[in-house]
Amino acid sequence: MNTRSHYDVVIIGAGMAGLAAGIRLAHFGREVCIFERHNAVGGLNGFYSRDGRRYDVGLHALTNYVPPGVKGTPLTKLLRQLRIDRDELALRGQVGSRIAFGPGVADLRFTNDFQMLEAEVARAFPAQIDGFRALVAAVRAHDEVSLDAAPASAREVVRRHLSDPLLEDMLFCPVMFYGSPTERDMDFSQFVILFKALFLEGFARPAEGVRRILRVLLAKYREAGGERRMKCGVRRIVLRDGRAAGVELDDGALITADHVLSSAGAPETEALLSAGGLPTPRPTAPGRLSFVETISVLDRPPAALGWAGDTIVFFSEGRRFDYVCPAAPVDVRSGVICLPNNFAYEPGEALAEGWFRVTSLARPEDWAAWPEPEYRARKQEWFGAVQASARRFLPPVPDADLAAATVATDMFTPRTITRFTGHQRGAVYGSGVKHRRGLTAAPNVYLCGTDQGFLGIVGAMLSGISMANHHILQRG
Amino acid sequence: MTKDDCKKLVLDIIADIAPDEDLTNVRPDVRLRDQLQLDSMDFLDIVMELRKRHGIEVPEADYLQLASLDSCAEYLTPKFNALPARG
Repeated sequence: MNTRSHYDVVIIGAGMAGLAAGIRLAHFGREVCIFERHNAVGGLNGFYSRDGRRYDVGLHALTNYVPPGVKGTPLTKLLRQLRIDRDELALRGQVGSRIAFGPGVADLRFTNDFQMLEAEVARAFPAQIDGFRALVAAVRAHDEVSLDAAPASAREVVRRHLSDPLLEDMLFCPVMFYGSPTERDMDFSQFVILFKALFLEGFARPAEGVRRILRVLLAKYREAGGERRMKCGVRRIVLRDGRAAGVELDDGALITADHVLSSAGAPETEALLSAGGLPTPRPTAPGRLSFVETISVLDRPPAALGWAGDTIVFFSEGRRFDYVCPAAPVDVRSGVICLPNNFAYEPGEALAEGWFRVTSLARPEDWAAWPEPEYRARKQEWFGAVQASARRFLPPVPDADLAAATVATDMFTPRTITRFTGHQRGAVYGSGVKHRRGLTAAPNVYLCGTDQGFLGIVGAMLSGISMANHHILQRG
Repeated sequence: MTKDDCKKLVLDIIADIAPDEDLTNVRPDVRLRDQLQLDSMDFLDIVMELRKRHGIEVPEADYLQLASLDSCAEYLTPKFNALPARG
Protein backbone atom coordinates (compact mmCIF):
# COMPACT_ATOMS: atom_id res chain seq x y z
CA MET A 1 0.00 0.00 0.00
CA ASN A 2 0.91 3.68 -0.25
CA THR A 3 3.02 3.09 -3.31
CA ARG A 4 1.20 5.31 -5.77
CA SER A 5 3.34 7.65 -7.76
CA HIS A 6 0.77 10.42 -8.31
CA TYR A 7 -1.44 12.38 -5.89
CA ASP A 8 -3.70 15.38 -6.25
CA VAL A 9 -1.85 16.89 -3.31
CA VAL A 10 1.49 16.08 -1.69
CA ILE A 11 1.87 17.44 1.85
CA ILE A 12 5.35 17.87 3.26
CA GLY A 13 5.47 17.22 7.01
CA ALA A 14 3.19 15.33 9.41
CA GLY A 15 2.96 17.99 12.10
CA MET A 16 -0.26 19.56 13.28
CA ALA A 17 -0.59 21.74 10.16
CA GLY A 18 0.11 18.97 7.67
CA LEU A 19 -2.27 16.54 9.37
CA ALA A 20 -5.06 19.12 9.56
CA ALA A 21 -4.64 20.06 5.91
CA GLY A 22 -4.59 16.37 5.02
CA ILE A 23 -7.87 15.71 6.85
CA ARG A 24 -9.62 18.51 4.95
CA LEU A 25 -8.31 17.46 1.58
CA ALA A 26 -8.97 13.75 2.06
CA HIS A 27 -12.45 14.44 3.46
CA PHE A 28 -13.35 16.26 0.27
CA GLY A 29 -12.11 13.49 -1.95
CA ARG A 30 -8.62 14.61 -2.86
CA GLU A 31 -5.98 11.93 -3.30
CA VAL A 32 -3.49 13.10 -0.74
CA CYS A 33 -0.28 11.80 0.82
CA ILE A 34 1.77 13.25 3.68
CA PHE A 35 5.53 12.70 3.47
CA GLU A 36 7.38 12.88 6.80
CA ARG A 37 11.13 12.54 7.18
CA HIS A 38 10.94 11.64 10.87
CA ASN A 39 9.68 8.30 12.14
CA ALA A 40 7.01 9.97 14.30
CA VAL A 41 4.18 12.39 13.63
CA GLY A 42 3.70 15.69 15.39
CA GLY A 43 6.73 17.69 14.30
CA LEU A 44 7.39 20.27 16.95
CA ASN A 45 4.49 18.88 18.97
CA GLY A 46 5.53 15.26 19.03
CA PHE A 47 6.60 12.76 21.61
CA TYR A 48 9.35 10.22 22.04
CA SER A 49 10.01 7.20 24.21
CA ARG A 50 13.02 6.66 26.40
CA ASP A 51 13.41 3.82 28.91
CA GLY A 52 9.77 2.91 28.45
CA ARG A 53 8.55 6.40 29.32
CA ARG A 54 6.91 8.76 26.90
CA TYR A 55 7.99 12.37 26.78
CA ASP A 56 6.09 15.14 25.04
CA VAL A 57 8.04 17.59 22.93
CA GLY A 58 6.78 21.10 22.61
CA LEU A 59 3.28 21.05 23.99
CA HIS A 60 2.98 22.41 27.54
CA ALA A 61 -0.68 23.12 27.13
CA LEU A 62 -3.14 23.49 24.34
CA THR A 63 -3.87 27.20 24.16
CA ASN A 64 -7.13 28.68 22.81
CA TYR A 65 -9.12 26.53 25.22
CA VAL A 66 -12.74 27.57 25.65
CA PRO A 67 -15.39 25.62 27.56
CA PRO A 68 -18.19 23.81 25.71
CA GLY A 69 -20.82 26.21 24.41
CA VAL A 70 -18.43 29.05 23.57
CA LYS A 71 -18.49 29.46 19.79
CA GLY A 72 -16.72 31.39 17.10
CA THR A 73 -13.23 30.95 18.56
CA PRO A 74 -10.27 29.21 16.87
CA LEU A 75 -10.81 25.98 18.84
CA THR A 76 -14.46 25.76 17.76
CA LYS A 77 -13.59 26.51 14.14
CA LEU A 78 -10.95 23.83 14.23
CA LEU A 79 -13.25 21.18 15.70
CA ARG A 80 -15.93 21.94 13.12
CA GLN A 81 -13.57 22.01 10.17
CA LEU A 82 -11.99 18.69 11.13
CA ARG A 83 -15.30 17.12 12.24
CA ILE A 84 -13.82 16.41 15.67
CA ASP A 85 -16.16 15.99 18.61
CA ARG A 86 -14.60 17.98 21.43
CA ASP A 87 -14.98 15.04 23.81
CA GLU A 88 -12.55 13.11 21.63
CA LEU A 89 -9.74 15.43 22.72
CA ALA A 90 -10.60 15.04 26.43
CA LEU A 91 -9.30 18.52 27.20
CA ARG A 92 -8.99 19.46 30.86
CA GLY A 93 -8.54 23.08 31.94
CA GLN A 94 -5.56 24.45 33.81
CA VAL A 95 -5.47 24.96 37.57
CA GLY A 96 -3.97 28.43 37.17
CA SER A 97 -0.87 30.12 35.83
CA ARG A 98 1.37 32.99 36.78
CA ILE A 99 3.68 35.62 35.37
CA ALA A 100 6.46 36.12 37.92
CA PHE A 101 9.15 38.81 37.73
CA GLY A 102 11.91 39.26 40.26
CA PRO A 103 11.56 37.03 42.13
CA GLY A 104 9.58 39.30 44.37
CA VAL A 105 9.09 42.24 41.98
CA ALA A 106 5.57 41.41 40.80
CA ASP A 107 3.34 38.41 40.20
CA LEU A 108 0.21 38.25 38.04
CA ARG A 109 -1.99 35.18 38.26
CA PHE A 110 -4.29 34.15 35.46
CA THR A 111 -6.72 31.33 34.82
CA ASN A 112 -9.11 30.37 32.06
CA ASP A 113 -11.41 33.07 33.44
CA PHE A 114 -10.09 36.36 32.06
CA GLN A 115 -11.51 38.31 34.99
CA MET A 116 -8.73 36.87 37.12
CA LEU A 117 -6.01 38.56 35.07
CA GLU A 118 -7.95 41.81 34.96
CA ALA A 119 -8.33 41.76 38.75
CA GLU A 120 -4.64 40.97 39.17
CA VAL A 121 -3.60 43.89 36.96
CA ALA A 122 -5.94 46.16 38.94
CA ARG A 123 -4.36 44.92 42.18
CA ALA A 124 -0.69 45.09 41.16
CA PHE A 125 -0.88 48.04 38.73
CA PRO A 126 -3.83 50.18 39.85
CA ALA A 127 -2.66 53.17 37.78
CA GLN A 128 -2.60 51.03 34.61
CA ILE A 129 -5.97 49.31 34.76
CA ASP A 130 -7.82 51.73 32.48
CA GLY A 131 -5.06 51.45 29.88
CA PHE A 132 -5.10 47.69 30.24
CA ARG A 133 -8.86 47.59 29.60
CA ALA A 134 -8.41 49.79 26.54
CA LEU A 135 -5.67 47.47 25.28
CA VAL A 136 -7.94 44.47 25.76
CA ALA A 137 -10.68 46.25 23.82
CA ALA A 138 -8.22 46.91 20.97
CA VAL A 139 -7.16 43.26 21.02
CA ARG A 140 -10.76 42.06 20.90
CA ALA A 141 -11.56 44.36 17.99
CA HIS A 142 -8.58 43.35 15.86
CA ASP A 143 -9.06 40.94 12.94
CA GLU A 144 -5.89 38.96 13.48
CA VAL A 145 -6.56 36.25 10.92
CA SER A 146 -7.02 38.55 7.95
CA LEU A 147 -4.72 37.34 5.20
CA ASP A 148 -3.95 40.91 4.19
CA ALA A 149 -3.30 42.69 7.51
CA ALA A 150 -0.62 45.39 7.38
CA PRO A 151 2.25 44.74 9.81
CA ALA A 152 2.41 46.89 12.96
CA SER A 153 4.68 46.92 16.01
CA ALA A 154 2.97 45.28 18.97
CA ARG A 155 5.20 47.22 21.38
CA GLU A 156 4.00 50.51 19.87
CA VAL A 157 0.35 49.54 20.12
CA VAL A 158 0.73 48.30 23.70
CA ARG A 159 2.61 51.47 24.74
CA ARG A 160 -0.28 53.56 23.49
CA HIS A 161 -2.28 52.03 26.33
CA LEU A 162 0.27 51.17 29.04
CA SER A 163 2.95 53.43 30.47
CA ASP A 164 4.55 51.06 32.99
CA PRO A 165 7.36 49.08 31.31
CA LEU A 166 7.14 46.38 33.98
CA LEU A 167 3.52 45.58 33.12
CA GLU A 168 4.33 45.79 29.41
CA ASP A 169 7.13 43.24 29.76
CA MET A 170 5.03 41.03 32.01
CA LEU A 171 2.37 40.80 29.31
CA PHE A 172 4.89 40.25 26.53
CA CYS A 173 6.69 37.49 28.47
CA PRO A 174 4.08 34.70 28.06
CA VAL A 175 2.97 35.98 24.66
CA MET A 176 6.49 35.88 23.27
CA PHE A 177 7.49 32.62 24.92
CA TYR A 178 4.44 30.88 23.47
CA GLY A 179 4.87 31.93 19.91
CA SER A 180 6.90 34.95 18.90
CA PRO A 181 9.27 34.18 16.04
CA THR A 182 10.87 37.62 16.37
CA GLU A 183 13.11 39.14 19.01
CA ARG A 184 12.10 42.04 21.29
CA ASP A 185 8.96 42.98 19.41
CA MET A 186 6.40 41.24 17.26
CA ASP A 187 3.75 41.96 14.71
CA PHE A 188 0.56 43.19 16.38
CA SER A 189 -1.59 40.58 14.62
CA GLN A 190 0.60 37.85 16.08
CA PHE A 191 0.42 39.49 19.50
CA VAL A 192 -3.39 39.47 19.21
CA ILE A 193 -3.49 35.81 18.19
CA LEU A 194 -1.42 34.87 21.22
CA PHE A 195 -3.04 37.28 23.69
CA LYS A 196 -6.43 35.79 22.83
CA ALA A 197 -5.06 32.25 22.87
CA LEU A 198 -3.43 32.61 26.30
CA PHE A 199 -5.48 35.12 28.25
CA LEU A 200 -8.92 35.60 26.68
CA GLU A 201 -9.20 31.90 25.98
CA GLY A 202 -6.95 29.63 28.03
CA PHE A 203 -4.93 26.48 28.67
CA ALA A 204 -6.01 22.86 28.66
CA ARG A 205 -4.41 19.49 28.20
CA PRO A 206 -5.58 15.94 27.66
CA ALA A 207 -4.27 13.61 30.39
CA GLU A 208 -2.33 11.74 27.74
CA GLY A 209 -0.77 14.93 26.45
CA VAL A 210 -0.06 15.54 22.80
CA ARG A 211 -0.45 11.85 21.92
CA ARG A 212 -4.19 12.11 22.40
CA ILE A 213 -4.46 14.97 19.94
CA LEU A 214 -2.23 13.28 17.39
CA ARG A 215 -4.16 10.03 17.68
CA VAL A 216 -7.44 11.79 16.95
CA LEU A 217 -5.92 13.58 13.95
CA LEU A 218 -4.40 10.39 12.57
CA ALA A 219 -7.67 8.50 12.94
CA LYS A 220 -9.60 11.23 11.11
CA TYR A 221 -7.02 11.33 8.36
CA ARG A 222 -7.04 7.58 7.90
CA GLU A 223 -10.84 7.37 7.93
CA ALA A 224 -10.99 10.06 5.27
CA GLY A 225 -8.72 8.01 3.05
CA GLY A 226 -5.50 9.99 3.44
CA GLU A 227 -2.16 8.28 3.03
CA ARG A 228 1.12 8.96 4.76
CA ARG A 229 4.67 7.78 4.39
CA MET A 230 6.99 8.01 7.34
CA LYS A 231 10.81 8.15 7.28
CA CYS A 232 10.26 9.45 3.83
CA GLY A 233 11.61 12.95 3.45
CA VAL A 234 11.31 15.21 0.45
CA ARG A 235 14.69 16.35 -0.85
CA ARG A 236 13.55 18.61 -3.63
CA ILE A 237 10.48 19.92 -5.35
CA VAL A 238 10.58 18.95 -9.00
CA LEU A 239 9.66 21.80 -11.32
CA ARG A 240 8.47 22.00 -14.87
CA ASP A 241 7.86 25.34 -16.58
CA GLY A 242 7.99 27.16 -13.25
CA ARG A 243 5.35 24.93 -11.64
CA ALA A 244 5.79 22.02 -9.28
CA ALA A 245 5.45 18.74 -11.13
CA GLY A 246 5.98 16.76 -7.94
CA VAL A 247 8.59 15.91 -5.34
CA GLU A 248 11.72 13.81 -5.23
CA LEU A 249 12.05 11.75 -2.05
CA ASP A 250 15.22 11.12 -0.05
CA ASP A 251 15.48 7.67 -1.66
CA GLY A 252 15.33 9.19 -5.14
CA ALA A 253 11.74 8.14 -5.92
CA LEU A 254 9.66 10.63 -7.85
CA ILE A 255 6.08 11.43 -6.84
CA THR A 256 4.03 13.63 -9.13
CA ALA A 257 1.34 15.95 -7.79
CA ASP A 258 -1.00 18.73 -8.89
CA HIS A 259 -0.32 20.72 -5.70
CA VAL A 260 2.36 20.70 -3.03
CA LEU A 261 1.48 21.98 0.45
CA SER A 262 4.59 22.39 2.58
CA SER A 263 4.67 22.67 6.35
CA ALA A 264 8.47 22.49 6.33
CA GLY A 265 8.87 26.22 6.96
CA ALA A 266 9.49 29.10 4.56
CA PRO A 267 13.32 28.99 4.31
CA GLU A 268 13.17 25.18 4.21
CA THR A 269 10.55 25.15 1.44
CA GLU A 270 12.52 27.74 -0.50
CA ALA A 271 15.54 25.43 -0.22
CA LEU A 272 13.45 22.56 -1.66
CA LEU A 273 12.37 24.79 -4.55
CA SER A 274 15.92 25.99 -5.07
CA ALA A 275 17.14 22.38 -5.19
CA GLY A 276 14.62 21.88 -7.95
CA GLY A 277 16.00 24.83 -9.90
CA LEU A 278 13.64 27.65 -8.81
CA PRO A 279 15.44 30.04 -6.49
CA THR A 280 13.36 32.48 -4.44
CA PRO A 281 14.28 36.07 -5.37
CA ARG A 282 14.28 37.35 -1.80
CA PRO A 283 14.78 34.32 0.41
CA THR A 284 13.23 34.20 3.89
CA ALA A 285 15.77 34.36 6.72
CA PRO A 286 15.49 31.55 9.25
CA GLY A 287 14.24 32.49 12.72
CA ARG A 288 16.59 33.28 15.57
CA LEU A 289 14.72 31.89 18.52
CA SER A 290 15.26 28.48 19.96
CA PHE A 291 14.99 26.83 23.32
CA VAL A 292 16.25 24.18 25.67
CA GLU A 293 13.85 22.32 27.90
CA THR A 294 14.71 20.40 31.04
CA ILE A 295 12.39 17.59 32.03
CA SER A 296 12.34 15.93 35.46
CA VAL A 297 10.16 12.92 36.10
CA LEU A 298 9.15 12.72 39.75
CA ASP A 299 7.96 9.84 41.92
CA ARG A 300 5.20 12.05 43.31
CA PRO A 301 3.00 14.80 41.94
CA PRO A 302 4.51 18.31 42.10
CA ALA A 303 1.77 19.16 44.62
CA ALA A 304 3.47 16.82 47.09
CA LEU A 305 6.51 19.11 46.92
CA GLY A 306 4.35 22.17 47.53
CA TRP A 307 3.92 23.02 43.86
CA ALA A 308 0.15 22.65 43.68
CA GLY A 309 -1.04 26.07 42.57
CA ASP A 310 0.72 26.60 39.26
CA THR A 311 0.13 25.00 35.89
CA ILE A 312 2.50 27.26 33.94
CA VAL A 313 4.81 29.96 35.33
CA PHE A 314 6.37 32.51 32.97
CA PHE A 315 9.32 34.03 34.81
CA SER A 316 11.95 36.69 34.28
CA GLU A 317 14.72 37.96 36.50
CA GLY A 318 14.43 41.56 37.69
CA ARG A 319 12.02 44.02 36.12
CA ARG A 320 12.67 43.51 32.42
CA PHE A 321 12.30 40.65 29.98
CA ASP A 322 14.79 40.14 27.14
CA TYR A 323 13.39 37.98 24.38
CA VAL A 324 16.46 37.65 22.20
CA CYS A 325 18.75 34.92 20.98
CA PRO A 326 21.18 34.77 23.92
CA ALA A 327 24.93 35.44 23.79
CA ALA A 328 25.48 32.31 25.89
CA PRO A 329 24.30 28.75 25.14
CA VAL A 330 21.26 29.37 27.38
CA ASP A 331 19.71 32.49 28.93
CA VAL A 332 18.58 31.18 32.31
CA ARG A 333 17.27 34.55 33.47
CA SER A 334 13.86 33.89 32.02
CA GLY A 335 11.83 30.85 31.12
CA VAL A 336 8.63 28.89 31.35
CA ILE A 337 7.89 26.31 34.04
CA CYS A 338 5.29 23.68 33.19
CA LEU A 339 3.76 21.31 35.73
CA PRO A 340 1.54 19.08 33.55
CA ASN A 341 0.04 17.39 36.61
CA ASN A 342 -1.70 20.64 37.52
CA PHE A 343 -4.67 20.46 35.18
CA ALA A 344 -8.18 19.67 36.41
CA TYR A 345 -8.15 16.01 35.37
CA GLU A 346 -11.18 13.83 35.91
CA PRO A 347 -11.09 11.12 38.57
CA GLY A 348 -8.90 8.28 37.37
CA GLU A 349 -7.02 10.44 34.89
CA ALA A 350 -4.28 11.69 37.24
CA LEU A 351 -0.83 11.26 35.74
CA ALA A 352 1.07 8.23 37.05
CA GLU A 353 4.22 10.28 37.68
CA GLY A 354 5.07 13.86 38.44
CA TRP A 355 6.54 16.15 35.80
CA PHE A 356 8.55 19.34 36.11
CA ARG A 357 9.60 21.03 32.88
CA VAL A 358 11.48 24.27 32.33
CA THR A 359 12.03 25.99 28.98
CA SER A 360 14.58 28.75 28.41
CA LEU A 361 16.00 30.63 25.42
CA ALA A 362 19.07 29.04 23.84
CA ARG A 363 21.63 29.87 21.17
CA PRO A 364 21.33 27.22 18.46
CA GLU A 365 24.84 27.59 16.99
CA ASP A 366 26.44 26.26 20.18
CA TRP A 367 24.14 23.30 20.54
CA ALA A 368 24.46 22.39 16.86
CA ALA A 369 28.26 22.58 16.78
CA TRP A 370 29.37 20.60 19.82
CA PRO A 371 30.59 17.08 19.16
CA GLU A 372 28.52 14.41 20.90
CA PRO A 373 30.56 14.00 24.14
CA GLU A 374 30.73 17.74 24.73
CA TYR A 375 27.06 18.10 23.79
CA ARG A 376 26.14 15.59 26.48
CA ALA A 377 28.37 17.27 29.07
CA ARG A 378 26.92 20.70 28.30
CA LYS A 379 23.41 19.35 28.58
CA GLN A 380 24.15 18.19 32.10
CA GLU A 381 25.79 21.49 33.01
CA TRP A 382 22.95 23.65 31.72
CA PHE A 383 20.25 21.36 33.07
CA GLY A 384 21.26 22.31 36.61
CA ALA A 385 21.51 26.02 35.81
CA VAL A 386 18.11 26.18 34.11
CA GLN A 387 16.30 24.38 36.92
CA ALA A 388 18.02 26.36 39.67
CA SER A 389 17.02 29.63 38.03
CA ALA A 390 13.41 28.55 37.54
CA ARG A 391 12.99 27.24 41.08
CA ARG A 392 13.53 30.77 42.44
CA PHE A 393 10.00 31.46 41.18
CA LEU A 394 8.35 28.44 42.82
CA PRO A 395 7.71 27.74 46.50
CA PRO A 396 11.07 26.64 47.94
CA VAL A 397 11.93 22.94 47.94
CA PRO A 398 15.28 21.75 49.35
CA ASP A 399 17.66 20.45 46.67
CA ALA A 400 17.88 17.10 48.45
CA ASP A 401 14.08 16.69 48.41
CA LEU A 402 13.82 17.38 44.69
CA ALA A 403 16.74 15.05 43.98
CA ALA A 404 15.16 12.31 46.07
CA ALA A 405 11.86 12.68 44.19
CA THR A 406 13.48 12.67 40.73
CA VAL A 407 13.40 9.30 38.98
CA ALA A 408 14.50 10.36 35.50
CA THR A 409 15.60 13.46 33.63
CA ASP A 410 15.98 14.47 30.05
CA MET A 411 16.65 17.66 28.17
CA PHE A 412 16.02 18.77 24.66
CA THR A 413 17.97 21.45 22.86
CA PRO A 414 17.94 23.34 19.55
CA ARG A 415 19.70 20.29 18.11
CA THR A 416 16.76 18.08 19.09
CA ILE A 417 14.32 20.59 17.62
CA THR A 418 16.12 20.59 14.29
CA ARG A 419 16.01 16.80 14.30
CA PHE A 420 12.27 16.70 14.99
CA THR A 421 11.16 19.61 12.84
CA GLY A 422 13.81 20.13 10.19
CA HIS A 423 13.71 23.83 11.07
CA GLN A 424 17.02 25.53 10.38
CA ARG A 425 18.68 26.81 13.57
CA GLY A 426 16.15 24.94 15.71
CA ALA A 427 13.83 27.89 15.16
CA VAL A 428 10.83 26.77 17.19
CA TYR A 429 8.46 29.42 15.90
CA GLY A 430 9.93 29.53 12.44
CA SER A 431 10.99 32.57 10.51
CA GLY A 432 10.47 36.14 11.66
CA VAL A 433 8.80 36.85 8.32
CA LYS A 434 5.40 35.24 7.90
CA HIS A 435 3.70 34.49 4.61
CA ARG A 436 0.03 34.98 5.37
CA ARG A 437 -1.21 33.94 1.94
CA GLY A 438 1.08 30.94 1.90
CA LEU A 439 2.51 31.79 -1.49
CA THR A 440 5.91 30.71 -2.80
CA ALA A 441 7.92 31.17 -6.00
CA ALA A 442 5.94 28.34 -7.62
CA PRO A 443 2.21 28.93 -8.24
CA ASN A 444 1.11 25.49 -7.03
CA VAL A 445 3.37 25.25 -3.97
CA TYR A 446 1.89 26.68 -0.77
CA LEU A 447 3.13 27.10 2.78
CA CYS A 448 1.20 26.07 5.86
CA GLY A 449 2.17 25.81 9.51
CA THR A 450 4.20 28.16 11.62
CA ASP A 451 5.64 30.21 8.75
CA GLN A 452 2.18 30.97 7.40
CA GLY A 453 1.66 32.81 10.65
CA PHE A 454 -1.18 31.40 12.75
CA LEU A 455 0.53 30.46 16.02
CA GLY A 456 0.17 27.84 18.70
CA ILE A 457 -0.98 24.31 18.01
CA VAL A 458 -4.55 25.35 17.33
CA GLY A 459 -3.10 28.01 15.04
CA ALA A 460 -0.92 25.45 13.29
CA MET A 461 -3.95 23.28 12.59
CA LEU A 462 -6.02 26.28 11.44
CA SER A 463 -3.18 27.22 9.13
CA GLY A 464 -3.27 23.82 7.46
CA ILE A 465 -7.06 24.07 7.19
CA SER A 466 -7.05 27.62 5.78
CA MET A 467 -4.39 26.97 3.19
CA ALA A 468 -6.05 23.73 2.06
CA ASN A 469 -9.39 25.56 1.80
CA HIS A 470 -8.07 28.70 0.17
CA HIS A 471 -5.64 27.29 -2.38
CA ILE A 472 -7.10 23.91 -3.21
CA LEU A 473 -10.67 23.19 -2.09
CA GLN A 474 -12.17 26.58 -2.91
CA ARG A 475 -10.77 26.36 -6.40
CA GLY A 476 -13.08 23.44 -7.01
CA MET B 1 -37.63 15.26 -4.02
CA THR B 2 -39.87 17.67 -2.13
CA LYS B 3 -38.76 20.95 -0.60
CA ASP B 4 -39.13 19.39 2.85
CA ASP B 5 -36.80 16.54 1.85
CA CYS B 6 -34.34 19.14 0.66
CA LYS B 7 -34.46 21.06 3.94
CA LYS B 8 -33.85 17.82 5.78
CA LEU B 9 -30.72 17.14 3.71
CA VAL B 10 -29.40 20.64 4.40
CA LEU B 11 -30.06 20.22 8.12
CA ASP B 12 -28.24 16.88 8.06
CA ILE B 13 -25.22 18.63 6.62
CA ILE B 14 -25.35 21.42 9.20
CA ALA B 15 -25.67 18.85 11.98
CA ASP B 16 -22.43 17.23 10.85
CA ILE B 17 -20.56 20.49 10.35
CA ALA B 18 -21.75 22.12 13.58
CA PRO B 19 -22.68 19.37 16.06
CA ASP B 20 -22.52 21.96 18.84
CA GLU B 21 -25.55 23.81 17.43
CA ASP B 22 -29.09 22.98 18.53
CA LEU B 23 -31.08 22.42 15.33
CA THR B 24 -34.40 21.38 16.85
CA ASN B 25 -36.09 24.74 16.38
CA VAL B 26 -34.53 26.19 13.26
CA ARG B 27 -37.07 28.47 11.59
CA PRO B 28 -37.09 27.93 7.83
CA ASP B 29 -37.95 31.54 6.99
CA VAL B 30 -35.17 33.14 9.11
CA ARG B 31 -31.60 33.48 7.92
CA LEU B 32 -29.47 30.61 9.22
CA ARG B 33 -26.78 33.08 10.23
CA ASP B 34 -29.28 34.92 12.46
CA GLN B 35 -30.27 31.87 14.47
CA LEU B 36 -27.14 29.71 14.39
CA GLN B 37 -23.53 30.62 14.86
CA LEU B 38 -22.28 29.81 11.37
CA ASP B 39 -19.35 31.66 9.83
CA SER B 40 -18.09 31.85 6.27
CA MET B 41 -15.97 28.71 6.77
CA ASP B 42 -19.14 26.84 7.77
CA PHE B 43 -21.10 28.08 4.74
CA LEU B 44 -18.25 27.03 2.49
CA ASP B 45 -18.47 23.60 4.07
CA ILE B 46 -22.19 23.38 3.35
CA VAL B 47 -21.40 24.06 -0.30
CA MET B 48 -18.61 21.51 -0.36
CA GLU B 49 -20.69 18.85 1.40
CA LEU B 50 -23.49 19.38 -1.16
CA ARG B 51 -20.98 18.66 -3.87
CA LYS B 52 -19.41 15.71 -2.08
CA ARG B 53 -22.60 13.98 -0.95
CA HIS B 54 -25.04 14.86 -3.69
CA GLY B 55 -23.03 16.09 -6.67
CA ILE B 56 -24.73 19.49 -6.47
CA GLU B 57 -22.65 22.46 -7.60
CA VAL B 58 -23.33 25.86 -6.07
CA PRO B 59 -21.34 28.59 -7.85
CA GLU B 60 -19.99 31.35 -5.65
CA ALA B 61 -22.40 33.88 -7.16
CA ASP B 62 -25.30 31.82 -5.76
CA TYR B 63 -24.09 31.47 -2.15
CA LEU B 64 -26.71 34.00 -1.03
CA GLN B 65 -29.40 31.53 -2.10
CA LEU B 66 -28.37 29.41 0.90
CA ALA B 67 -29.27 32.10 3.44
CA SER B 68 -32.29 30.37 4.98
CA LEU B 69 -33.75 26.86 4.86
CA ASP B 70 -36.62 28.16 2.70
CA SER B 71 -34.27 29.78 0.21
CA CYS B 72 -32.08 26.65 0.24
CA ALA B 73 -35.14 24.58 -0.65
CA GLU B 74 -36.23 26.98 -3.42
CA TYR B 75 -32.77 26.97 -4.94
CA LEU B 76 -31.61 23.40 -4.37
CA THR B 77 -34.75 21.30 -4.93
CA PRO B 78 -34.79 21.84 -8.72
CA LYS B 79 -31.08 21.02 -8.76
CA PHE B 80 -31.71 17.76 -6.90
CA ASN B 81 -34.57 16.88 -9.23
CA ALA B 82 -32.40 17.58 -12.26
CA LEU B 83 -29.73 15.10 -11.14
CA PRO B 84 -29.52 11.97 -13.28
CA ALA B 85 -31.05 9.00 -11.41
CA ARG B 86 -28.45 7.18 -9.40
CA GLY B 87 -27.67 3.50 -9.72
